[in-house]
Amino acid sequence: MKNRIILAAAAAVAASGMAISVVSAEPADDELVIDGEMTMVTRTAAPKDHPLDEVMSGWLFRTPETRALEADSFQNPGMLYVERGEEIWNTVEGEAGKSCASCHGDASETMAGVGTAYPKWDADAKRPINLELQINKCRENNLKAEAYKFDAAEQKALTTYIKHQSLGKPVQMDLSQGDLQSWWKKGEELYYTRTGQLNLSCASCHEENNGKYIRADHLSQGNVNGFPTYRLKQANMVSLHNRFRGCIRDTRAEYPAAFSDELMALEVYVTWRGTGLSVETPAVRQ
Amino acid sequence: MQVTRRQALGLSAGAAAFMAFAPAFADEAATEKMLKEFTGGKSPGSGKISLKAPEIAENGNTVPITVSVESDMTESSYVESVTLLADGNPNPGVATFHFSPMSGEASATTRMRLAGTQNVIAVAKMNDGSVFMDKKQVKVTIGGCGG
Amino acid sequence: MAAPKPRVKVPKSASAGEVITIKTLISHKMESGQRKDKQGNVIPRKIINKFTCEFEGKPVFSCDLEPAISANPYFEFNAKVMESGTFKFTWVDDSGDVYTHEQGIEVK
Repeated sequence: MKNRIILAAAAAVAASGMAISVVSAEPADDELVIDGEMTMVTRTAAPKDHPLDEVMSGWLFRTPETRALEADSFQNPGMLYVERGEEIWNTVEGEAGKSCASCHGDASETMAGVGTAYPKWDADAKRPINLELQINKCRENNLKAEAYKFDAAEQKALTTYIKHQSLGKPVQMDLSQGDLQSWWKKGEELYYTRTGQLNLSCASCHEENNGKYIRADHLSQGNVNGFPTYRLKQANMVSLHNRFRGCIRDTRAEYPAAFSDELMALEVYVTWRGTGLSVETPAVRQ
Repeated sequence: MQVTRRQALGLSAGAAAFMAFAPAFADEAATEKMLKEFTGGKSPGSGKISLKAPEIAENGNTVPITVSVESDMTESSYVESVTLLADGNPNPGVATFHFSPMSGEASATTRMRLAGTQNVIAVAKMNDGSVFMDKKQVKVTIGGCGG
Repeated sequence: MAAPKPRVKVPKSASAGEVITIKTLISHKMESGQRKDKQGNVIPRKIINKFTCEFEGKPVFSCDLEPAISANPYFEFNAKVMESGTFKFTWVDDSGDVYTHEQGIEVK
């Protein structure tokens, strides 16, 4: 099916004589204000040593209809998962007879801003730790409950809920922790490495061609400030590592396991690239 | 087949052109039949009803759509119902809204699935039995990373 | 899968005769009956097929839903309120399950 569409498209290209033209469209000149109250930073000056001058939220690359879904917290279907996450937060699980709330209390206070600073350095594991892994660590060590399997519905809902407590706050990682700097470097290498039958790197689309169309898709800068994000395609929450794998799959390459060293390094680097953008979780994307 | 990045990106223009000529997979007979059932065989007039839909939907899984009908919405004159059809889906039926004078305004918004580029049709039935129709083509982008 | 959970937005208060906007959302997969599982078997249809909104027992708005309605069905519609009272919202699942939510409004 996919091949047929590509061939048909190629035929149309040949017929129209636009073989290597690229359709370009500017990101929207629009402001994201949630519920008319909370103004989000969707454009900001890039941090030092960033290859781009300005970092932009993926929200600016979406259609007016998709943008409107995120701007109204009631219409945003991702908020259903925030509510589900709140239930999980307050549910006692595991042999210790505790819930998240038993230790952390009211998430709107204790978790405010927490989502802006991940991935962090995990001194025990001697590698970066993201929110999903932090939740699992807490479950195993403190709740004496089983770790969530990757992309379990509960994992996505709880991650979404915790990250949502930082809504509107700027992404700000601390790369001076532990050995994060070398993971950042490794992530940068991966970002610029071409993979797959289509021979694309992250940079091919999201650095060199953001704002242009790849087939029917308006390419963003690939910032991750809105993850987990509600994606219209799946009509569900999509985790960052799921999206990483989807992107790599689209280059027709084999993809690394979720939370593998490769994807953790990429998460460190790509999160840094969006420094200063507001946390939008749950963002709404195509 | 080797596809270079430039070629892959170039496909975007082709894909847009291709979509414009894509045949609708419409089952016209099924759409006609549902339309007739709703209108009772009357041919719908134009005006009064307006259908708001995106010209291009970023993803066919979630297409926002609003329908509104001009009416006083009083006991003596109101919109009874509005049916939504999509002529290129496996089944044309999408939803039927039922209003009452207590609705105040005959307007409703929902989100629908479109299997591809096709026509969305909205038909309103008034309490006096008259029917009005509006129709919009929605292009659904297929392919790319979100398709 | 957690039980479908409705969300409803109704203004807390309104003046008599005002036309208000109501928004509703419910978590539901809206399994269309068109998809197949990995073994190639059709996944049976399971959708919300009916939504109603009543005010003090009188119909305000309702909708018959087909599988072409998106997952997590969303509705936005209006109501004309003359006096204080309670809205009742009902979603009917193919499974026979019924999910309800009530919300009052103060009319001055």
